[in-house]
Amino acid sequence: MMRRMALKREWIHGWLLLLPAMVFLFAFTHIPAITTFINSFYSTPRGKRAAKFIGTANYERMFDDPVFWQVLWNNIWFAVGTIPLSIGLAIVMALWVNEKMIGRSFLRMAFFTPTVLPLIAVANIWMFFYTPGFGLFDQLRSGLFGLPSTNYLGSPDTALNAIIVVTVWKEAGFFMIFYLAALQAMPVSLKEAAQIEGANRWTIFWRITFPMLMPTTLFVTVNAVINSFRLVDHIFILTDGGPDNASALLLFYIYETAFRFWETGYGATLTVALLALLSLLAIGQFFFFDKKVHYK
Amino acid sequence: MLKSTLMKAVATTALCFSTWASAQAVDLQFYFPVAVGGKAADTIQELTSEYAAAHPDVNIDAVYTGSYQDTVAKVITASRGGNPPQLSVILSTDTFTLIDEDLVVPFDDYLTSEEDKKWLDGFYPAFMENSQTGGKTYGIPFQRSTPVMYWNKEAFKEAGLDPEVAPQTWDEMVEFGKKLTKKDDSGNVTQWGVRIPSSGFPYWLFQGLAIENGAILANSDGNKTNFDDPKVVEALEFMVDLSTKYEVMAPGIIEWGSTPKAFFERESAIVWTSTGNLTNMRDNAPFDFGVAMFPEKIQRGAPTGGGNFYLLKGASEEQTQAAVEFVKWITAPQQSMKWTKATGYVAPRPETWETAEMKEYAAGFPQVLVARDQLEFAKAELSTYQNQRVTSLLNDALAAAITGKSDAATALEKAQADADAILSEYR
Repeated sequence: MMRRMALKREWIHGWLLLLPAMVFLFAFTHIPAITTFINSFYSTPRGKRAAKFIGTANYERMFDDPVFWQVLWNNIWFAVGTIPLSIGLAIVMALWVNEKMIGRSFLRMAFFTPTVLPLIAVANIWMFFYTPGFGLFDQLRSGLFGLPSTNYLGSPDTALNAIIVVTVWKEAGFFMIFYLAALQAMPVSLKEAAQIEGANRWTIFWRITFPMLMPTTLFVTVNAVINSFRLVDHIFILTDGGPDNASALLLFYIYETAFRFWETGYGATLTVALLALLSLLAIGQFFFFDKKVHYK
Repeated sequence: MLKSTLMKAVATTALCFSTWASAQAVDLQFYFPVAVGGKAADTIQELTSEYAAAHPDVNIDAVYTGSYQDTVAKVITASRGGNPPQLSVILSTDTFTLIDEDLVVPFDDYLTSEEDKKWLDGFYPAFMENSQTGGKTYGIPFQRSTPVMYWNKEAFKEAGLDPEVAPQTWDEMVEFGKKLTKKDDSGNVTQWGVRIPSSGFPYWLFQGLAIENGAILANSDGNKTNFDDPKVVEALEFMVDLSTKYEVMAPGIIEWGSTPKAFFERESAIVWTSTGNLTNMRDNAPFDFGVAMFPEKIQRGAPTGGGNFYLLKGASEEQTQAAVEFVKWITAPQQSMKWTKATGYVAPRPETWETAEMKEYAAGFPQVLVARDQLEFAKAELSTYQNQRVTSLLNDALAAAITGKSDAATALEKAQADADAILSEYR
């Protein structure tokens, strides 16, 4: 009897401790997700016309919408362009600033600065870099090599790549911090033992350092994948999705549909597609990495 | 019986409260966007506090709400949340959207006297085109503009052109443009002849070309577009030719935001942009520049642009009445003049231009008159139901043609078909 009381009290205690976080999680994540799912089966309410149930019409429209497929394809290309590159750069930078050398703190700070700056401000700076004619890149190109001016943001072939460059620049420093922390927690004895055995630097990295970084890589990859679907702020400044949707990503298209065109019904449908995609990716990553990640 | 007594009681109480409230002061909330640099936001704050000081019975709270896009988003969100402002400046082209969302009330119910009707007739008709539909007035012009052509007089001189004469026709613009386009020894362009920005909302400046070629992009009921009209196609072909055939304009999408900078840096000798940039140009151009109307093809022409005042639903009778009074005050000559001087927006009432102070200002800075004079040839800015979406169809078509992804006719036909699909339910 006494034990059951104690158990019950513990139980209440536990739930009370969970409550604040749960309230916020439900209010801002789960309930909106569920309402979004429900709304995706309704038409957009306008003025006096209330929303009515239209079944899967929104989904049919989505599958027929060439812009949807284009932004999805853009987003895959964006993910492929940003994730490996920013992670690779992050590892290289972390290894570099982990060495003992003069000016190490300065270098660390320099690599980390892009992360601290707000994305909107960064986009405005890059906008100047990319400006045709008198922007930084064009001044360098014409001043040093006498090359003609370019229009990176204004042509469909380069607009998305130009945005990928900004994103990698912005993200790599952030990921570097995680790798740096992992590197510093790594026991030196392993490396020393390998050195005694006569292993070269490359073998040490590939056989010792990299495998030991795997838990960090998993964490960083999950974040990078989420970011590749989440970071759209700079698109508003740099290209506004143009030219002709060449640089629009899925989330940008959702914003445009829901808050520029005020097609909230269709916007909800697109959001469901994004949520499904992200959940699949997150689950897939954990399964994929599970065998390769060695936790201590 | 009981119900009606109850209703009466409620009504009386409500009446008591409202009379009490008006004896106190009317609270007004007013959203405004700022789309150009300079002193626009400060000037609005200044004017509203001036009004509040002179009218102790009105508390007016002017809220800066970001860009036009942000402002309409905030108004719609606030209205859906049951807490709309009583008054807002929103794009004149959003009229149909606001009607469709059932968010605005027409001004007509509050402008019933003869004097009021005369006041309403005192605005430039070109500005009223985007403000009235179905015989009702939904918007009162405020921060309105037309796009104009700026030219660098020094560059004209260097190219052997008369620095005081702007191109008058499309052909002249090409001809001048060829002379103004400069290349270095390795054949790279260092100065372009013409710059018509095409990022973000290319439809606006393009509409200038379309009107000059005799086309109208949409009907006044806002439910039919004419994107595939041969005259529109021809206008787009001309815009594309400026880069590809005549080589007087930079290829690809040209950024709207950096256009004043490109002008100051002599990257382009002739630029098309809003007259809302006029004060910025005057303060920052390192050379003498001229302002001209758009060149003509078969006629002169330009779209109007900018924002109107709208009355939002959900306000009390007193609040709306007070909002109308405020709108009358801020569009009156004295206030309108201050606004025009601070920004370059066109004062929307001819009487403002008749005041001695305004005449003096214009004498010292004649460029300010160009946008006003162009109003005679100006047409309504493209505006339809589901405006943002329909406009973005045209924007995508323009971008496709400009970047060479598609030819003008195909791109515009596709935009027209998509627009028809959206607008058919409003016919």
